[in-house]
Amino acid sequence: MTQGRDTGATALFARRHRLRLAELLPWLLAVAVYFVFPDYLALGAQVLATVLFGLSVDLVLGYAGIVTLGHAAFYGVGAYTAGYLAAHGVGAPAVGLLAAIAMAGLAGFLSGLVILRTQGLSILMLTLVVCVMLQEAANKLTSITGGADGLQGMDVSPVLGIFDFDLYGKTAYCYALVVLFFGWAVARIIVHSSFGRSLTGIRENVARMHAIGSPVFFRLVTIYTISAAMAGAAGALIAQTTQLVALNSLSIELSGTILVMVILGGVGRLYGAFIGVPLYMIAQDRFSEIDPTDWYFWIGLLLVLVVAFGRGGVLGLVDALARRLGRGRR
Amino acid sequence: MSGAALETRALCKSFGALTVAHAIDFRLAPGARHALIGPNGAGKTSFVNLVSGALAPSTGQILLGGHDVTRLSQAQRVKRGLARTFQINQLFRALTVLENVTLAVSERHGVAGDFFRPAGKRRAVIEEAHALLERLGIAGEALRPVRELAYGRQRLVEIAVALGLDPKVLLLDEPAAGVPSGETGTIIDIIERLGPEIALLIIEHDMELVFRLARRITVLVQGAILVEGTPQEIAADPRVREVYLGERAHP
Repeated sequence: MTQGRDTGATALFARRHRLRLAELLPWLLAVAVYFVFPDYLALGAQVLATVLFGLSVDLVLGYAGIVTLGHAAFYGVGAYTAGYLAAHGVGAPAVGLLAAIAMAGLAGFLSGLVILRTQGLSILMLTLVVCVMLQEAANKLTSITGGADGLQGMDVSPVLGIFDFDLYGKTAYCYALVVLFFGWAVARIIVHSSFGRSLTGIRENVARMHAIGSPVFFRLVTIYTISAAMAGAAGALIAQTTQLVALNSLSIELSGTILVMVILGGVGRLYGAFIGVPLYMIAQDRFSEIDPTDWYFWIGLLLVLVVAFGRGGVLGLVDALARRLGRGRR
Repeated sequence: MSGAALETRALCKSFGALTVAHAIDFRLAPGARHALIGPNGAGKTSFVNLVSGALAPSTGQILLGGHDVTRLSQAQRVKRGLARTFQINQLFRALTVLENVTLAVSERHGVAGDFFRPAGKRRAVIEEAHALLERLGIAGEALRPVRELAYGRQRLVEIAVALGLDPKVLLLDEPAAGVPSGETGTIIDIIERLGPEIALLIIEHDMELVFRLARRITVLVQGAILVEGTPQEIAADPRVREVYLGERAHP
């Protein structure tokens, strides 16, 4: 009797990493948006870049359980790196992007070496401190960053020397979509790998991970570095497509907002950012038009409703609904 | 005398004025079935934490298979064949039973740090984890999240995760704690069936379990070893009756 179930158990486990049809949905939608809403592509590019930023947060928060209130630090490092290069004659987007990934990854690695030795609230405080320190440094180093005025004089060349950034945001949108796709592919491979599974182990129970011989600190520094590099790529995308970098890209406010977006979508599910970020940004766009003075209240209400009715964000609600309909696939 | 599987020499640990381990000289023979008993607060769990590396000793030495591991991390001690369970379940509660054990097996196989290959393609790891669940009679619940299991069943997962490390020395910290009395038998059966290649140290309050399983017993009182001997010797020892068994007779 058990034989059938048992082979079922290992088989189900072995199938979990296979691509499901629903996972193609975000990409189909993104392509559809390009054709259906040609007037919104500039906003669309920002949404896509922010999704990448959210994805980087989900890797550390949702999988490894690192609660960070300072992820804008790496986003900002990426944005300033790409912006600085573009303002100093290195306008090729690919070069700026790669440099941003490297610099943000380095910042993540170095700060991770210190931050990740602690746990819980200390981690939260230290991530916040790193973010504040970097923002203050950017504020003081006016010769490099432009200080409170923001970085001036960016000149971004065409993507791969072919596709010039246009007024409608067509190039920006496609460029952001391609980079997001690569980021997603990397994240997806990681979370389904043995390494990724061990991160969920760390999230669920650090003490036990130590007890089964896992090099916990090393694993945390690794994912923190990868996540920081990804956040840096998102920052570079925004800098290059808007040709603007200001101090708020290193702010705690942004760190908090991205956290809210990812939680809204659902953490630890890889697709939380794909739902939470567009939902938040579109809601923000709509609400601020309908109710310019109190739009933030409506955002807050939306968040309260989602958190109250589904602890796993929108994706958690979808899961709960699917289970209620008796189609829970586990 | 052949080398001990586990040995501590003059092991001491104090937190300020509180001494939880006082010059503990302890020896666990290969293949041993050894119980560590003592009243509440005797320092039994602290001893497990010291040996496993969760706590650093103030002074003294810990040897695993004859090698000094006093300065090694928990992870390095696990690589040398030391595994432990916890008095209160320390499991990956949101993950399935199979995944809980798979995490341990992956670490032992040295594949847990691999970024690229999907965990689901590690057939050898998954099969081994599943075989272990079958051995312990919990394969039927392989795909259920641990938090949905009754506490007694979770206790079995707690042991399964440690066995996934294929230990040479296994420290069981009150394996029957919190288990309904009707299910203690299952735990005892599983421990009895462990092979002689595992040296076993059981920390336990349940005297029935101790006297069923242990061939040697060490009594710990206030962080120091009071006496060590066979179950018969321990049961007959007047000092033990006074500090431990006596305490139970006259609550």
